[in-house]
Amino acid sequence: MMEFGFSISPSSTMNLDKVDFSLYERLCEVEPDAKKCMACGSCSATCTAGPWTGMSVRKVILDIQRGKEMEAARLLKSCMLCGKCSMVCPRGINTRHLILSLCRIYKEEEK
Amino acid sequence: MIYQGKQKIWSDYQKEIPDDHWFYVRSCIRQSFFPASEKYFLKICRDLLGKDIYETEHHTTCGGIAYHSDTIPQETAMTIVARQFALMKEAGYKNLVTSCITSFGNYTEIIETWREFPELEAKIRENLWKACRREFDIPKYVAHASDLVYKFRDDIAGMAKFHLVDGVTGEPLRVVEHIGCHYSKMFPHKGIGGAEYPCVLSGMVESWGGHVIDYPERRHCCGFGFRQYLVRANRGYSVSNTHKKFESMEPYHPDMIITNCPGCPYFLDRWQYVISEMEGKTYGQNGYGIPALTYEEVAGLVLGFDPWDLGLQIHQVAVEPLLEKIGIPYNSKTKYLGLNGKEIMKPGLPTVLKCC
Repeated sequence: MMEFGFSISPSSTMNLDKVDFSLYERLCEVEPDAKKCMACGSCSATCTAGPWTGMSVRKVILDIQRGKEMEAARLLKSCMLCGKCSMVCPRGINTRHLILSLCRIYKEEEK
Repeated sequence: MIYQGKQKIWSDYQKEIPDDHWFYVRSCIRQSFFPASEKYFLKICRDLLGKDIYETEHHTTCGGIAYHSDTIPQETAMTIVARQFALMKEAGYKNLVTSCITSFGNYTEIIETWREFPELEAKIRENLWKACRREFDIPKYVAHASDLVYKFRDDIAGMAKFHLVDGVTGEPLRVVEHIGCHYSKMFPHKGIGGAEYPCVLSGMVESWGGHVIDYPERRHCCGFGFRQYLVRANRGYSVSNTHKKFESMEPYHPDMIITNCPGCPYFLDRWQYVISEMEGKTYGQNGYGIPALTYEEVAGLVLGFDPWDLGLQIHQVAVEPLLEKIGIPYNSKTKYLGLNGKEIMKPGLPTVLKCC
């Protein structure tokens, strides 16, 4: 099969009434800018780690909005905190700071 | 519900389309991907229907593609659009017809924004005057080119040499109609049938003898989505949307897809190749794909124009099985001959998707 550099995501459905939004709510408390994300993907396009690890800030935010905490945590491990995503965000979100805040929340949850 | 009551409700979903005298603005994408579609729209309207359609070489992009890709602010797009309106005023026209769905959405959005915020319109008038010493009038009517073809669909059916029916069995072809998102999802009252029952393409298909398929993801986006495709890291979104649509329409065995947007026929066509290379799956019969055509191409086929003059060889998915099913004659030797019989390059063949 040919490699195009992107892949097809399988169709899926989710019952948002049963999703736990507590992590997203905590994130919005410390980083209100998280609500500004319009999922444009500029952060994903510029991510240095993205092509090799699948890291994508857009996907991290989307996963947290859907209660997929484990998937988001797995992606965050690949972030090198280079900050390129912050430079290109058209909504001016400090994505690097958002990632750090998110890691802090995860760490507090571990305790 | 009594018949008159239904008619009254349906009349609220209609759109007034003037009969004649239009200022035509072309599409950036369609001029590159499907240039014959625009040519045949003008040919059908001018030569066959006898309508007055004017276009000028001074027309430029409407800025919609850059606006929706977040590369220019809306004020810039507005000033570009104001210039198009100024060209229309200078030519003495009041009805604007756009070739592109995104242009249609862009023009409509800008006119609606100016109606809500007149101070912005005043600012754009000033911008345009400073930039190129031009003045503009807001068009009386803005229509998409498919609105015109819809309006004259029965006239076209009256001149038809072929119909959208199986030439052997006489059964109507099963047609998927796909309307561009910027047609009536943004401003429902600007589209025929609104956002709930857009019938601009289904009306054409039924008038020309076909049967429209209603499938679960009928109103889903084709997958283009501007940034979804333009940013490479997002392209998985684009192809996943298209994949979702094809998986949904597959059980209904469509013969063809008719579209009225520049991006939709391109992506519904090309992504079939990508899906076939990624997953080894094809959606047409016998390993072929499902041809995704523009409404002008379908109108041209119905009217009996040569398929290669209509540019059907430009599509990735082979159209020959469809032509044979309808009974439209074609010469496979002239498929890749350009202007004055000059050879144009033949494309390489995909590994999975069957092509002629």
